[in-house]
Amino acid sequence: MKGNEALAEAAIRAGCRFFFGYPITPQTELAAYMAKRMPKENGVYLQAESEIAAINMVYGASAAGKRAMTSSSSPGISLKAEGISYMAGADLPGVIINVQRGGPGLGGIQPSQSDYFQATRATGHGDFHLIVLAPSTVQEMTDHAYIAFDLADEYRVPVMVLADGMLGQMMEPVVLPEPKTDAAEKPWAVTGHKGERPHNIANSLYLAPERLEETNVERYERYERIKAAEQRAEEYLVEDAEIVLVAFGASSRIARSAIDKAREKGIKAGLIRPITLWPFPVDAIEAAVPGAKAFLTVEMNMGQMVDDVRLAVNGRRPVEFFGRTGGIIPTPAETLAAIERVAASLEGGAR
Amino acid sequence: MSKVVFQRPHALTDTPFSYCPGCTHGIVHRLVAETLDELGIEGTTVGVAPVGCSVLAYEFFACDMVQAAHGRALAVATGLKRAMPENVVFAYQGDGDLASIGTAETVHAATRGEKITVIFINNAIYGMTGGQLAPTSLPQQVTQTSPYGRDVNEAGFPIRMVEMLSTLDGVALAQRVTVDSPKNVRAAKKAIKKAFEYQVEGVGYTIIEVVSTCPTNWGLSPADALQWLRDNMLPYYPLGVYRDVKAEGYANVAEAASARAQRLASGGDA
Amino acid sequence: MAAPVNMLLAGFGGQGILFAGKLIAYAGLIEGRELSWLPSYGPEMRGGTANCSVCLSDEPIGSPLVLEPDVLVAMNQPSLDKFIDSVVPGGKVIVDSTMCQRLPERADVDVFPIPATQLAEENGLKGLASVILVGKLLREIGFCDPRTLDAAIAKSVPARKAHLLPKNRKAFEIGMLNEDGESVPVCSLPEDWAVE
Repeated sequence: MKGNEALAEAAIRAGCRFFFGYPITPQTELAAYMAKRMPKENGVYLQAESEIAAINMVYGASAAGKRAMTSSSSPGISLKAEGISYMAGADLPGVIINVQRGGPGLGGIQPSQSDYFQATRATGHGDFHLIVLAPSTVQEMTDHAYIAFDLADEYRVPVMVLADGMLGQMMEPVVLPEPKTDAAEKPWAVTGHKGERPHNIANSLYLAPERLEETNVERYERYERIKAAEQRAEEYLVEDAEIVLVAFGASSRIARSAIDKAREKGIKAGLIRPITLWPFPVDAIEAAVPGAKAFLTVEMNMGQMVDDVRLAVNGRRPVEFFGRTGGIIPTPAETLAAIERVAASLEGGAR
Repeated sequence: MSKVVFQRPHALTDTPFSYCPGCTHGIVHRLVAETLDELGIEGTTVGVAPVGCSVLAYEFFACDMVQAAHGRALAVATGLKRAMPENVVFAYQGDGDLASIGTAETVHAATRGEKITVIFINNAIYGMTGGQLAPTSLPQQVTQTSPYGRDVNEAGFPIRMVEMLSTLDGVALAQRVTVDSPKNVRAAKKAIKKAFEYQVEGVGYTIIEVVSTCPTNWGLSPADALQWLRDNMLPYYPLGVYRDVKAEGYANVAEAASARAQRLASGGDA
Repeated sequence: MAAPVNMLLAGFGGQGILFAGKLIAYAGLIEGRELSWLPSYGPEMRGGTANCSVCLSDEPIGSPLVLEPDVLVAMNQPSLDKFIDSVVPGGKVIVDSTMCQRLPERADVDVFPIPATQLAEENGLKGLASVILVGKLLREIGFCDPRTLDAAIAKSVPARKAHLLPKNRKAFEIGMLNEDGESVPVCSLPEDWAVE
């Protein structure tokens, strides 16, 4: 199955029955798959008039207590930014898929990771975060879609799966999860009070500053719980690594190939692959600092996640960046060259 | 023994309205609430409050409520209704929300025939932000952002929304009312009730435009504002039923649409 | 354990190049190997050039984007010209010689020409040149058991096009039996092979 299709199927198996989308390359197969499957599951596939409308339909269905999602690619996510902020402000769960392409502007349609800042820093206005999952295989596209709904419901936050055009388009073997039903209790949902409870309100408006501050502080306490419980990362040959690469998603696969080549040349390189981009796996970085001589991020952008690695390393080790952008996937060979440059600079420093 | 002949509708909370003196929002809120009471649907209704003066409508309506982003009320309402087809969903929107920033949502929810009810407050001005030019501001109307009067060569013409929406096949009921007199209030109530009934019956998309006042931003007393409405608004926005598929003899919008298609195919009028 | 192989298949949109790649990927799936199939996507899908990367391995696959292929399957001259220099030394190149008049001049790769489009037309298999090429590819490099590829064909031909299954198998057979080229085939059809 293509990554986009596998992700869509996993969402359905996670109990999502409400999909609202708008066509954009390279996520189109996802919507097409939903259009085919949802009616068979008594679900709703609706092609909205715009990305803006689509995210607000998710807002509505989610306010009604249902598992709902939308998917798009970079320019479309910018249009959804407002709605995502409102969802965060109203503490509504929901899943947003970004199959990234190059930017800014209309950019290109080839794979990219240039929405890292947008996803982890400023998906919309205001004080808020999303949980951001970064799959690196078609299997993970599936797994992440499946757990995204649980995370969203548990913490009442929107969750983004940050994929890219390569993962969306490629086919790999995949094991699909067992179907489950959307059974989460949602006493806050606006389902009609039936005369049995006070009216529920899904809302992000607080005209009294003290009240708004209070809601933000409460939300950030939840974020602290998320940071403590949900950081995820995978490590590859980190234990004895002197040069620790940090890469997520598609570029982590290239990094891994380059590490194998570096090891053949006697360079002790390893990889930390953040699976959650927010919360960023600072604990994994922290654990690697004592053994590492340098860090190197490999990204498909002009250098975004490198900031988070620098924050986590906090000046104790050099943190370098290598990346390609515009829709170009870095090659293992040029990534190896970047590792060798870092290795050479370390030797230079030792003299 | 005393008999209660008039009381606050159950579907309104005890929260006092925060609207300006003479504002017609209060009347229209009441008409909607009375309708929810009379149809016994408060417990299954979810309302959508927009951005605009009625942004706080969620404080006033006792049914479940959702606050939506500016212009997005009908996308949110679509999500709600699709998620809960058995519930009643209404959106309460002003002219800036429905006819400017939310025009796409308005038109597409209508053309999809979403089974929701839209209460559209048209007072020809942005009230909440202090009186700027609205999509429905009249030619020559002076506002904060049309200080020399609306110049149609520059700012374009006002939109007659229900006329425009009545051309769409998904629309079951499109009617313009006002609340300037007891007689017109009664007529408005009847229209609003009919819209909710059509939704419950699954006829299609329903919209009631209420030509309204904004004494504060028009700079008029409440009484003068009503007179200004009669003298200026109503000639431009005539009251009336622009589409009512049941009155035309159809059970729902699908039947009406297919009859319209046949008429057009045989050279008839839309 | 078979050696990992990184293939690049390229041609015009509509020649069936993505389908051919899927057959190979499916065969890998059936044999329980690690694999990836990555298409080019975008405007070139609409009538221009199309290509896909297919990786087969027993180890997890790093980059699924094949930039230095071990195997190139070229279905037209522009694709051949564009990718021939990227093939690794010692690599194999399968060429549809109906569509490519100029064969590569590189001495350090093995080139296997086959007039796949012409063979398809002669045998009433219009549109299945790409499957002929897959047969030829298997004959020359033997990336899987031929029965596996036959099963992959059965899986890949959609149910509503089931009547095309024998034609696909016939195309595969033509490729497998192709005598052009001087090398000894590394893979041949099972003895009990029959198209229908």
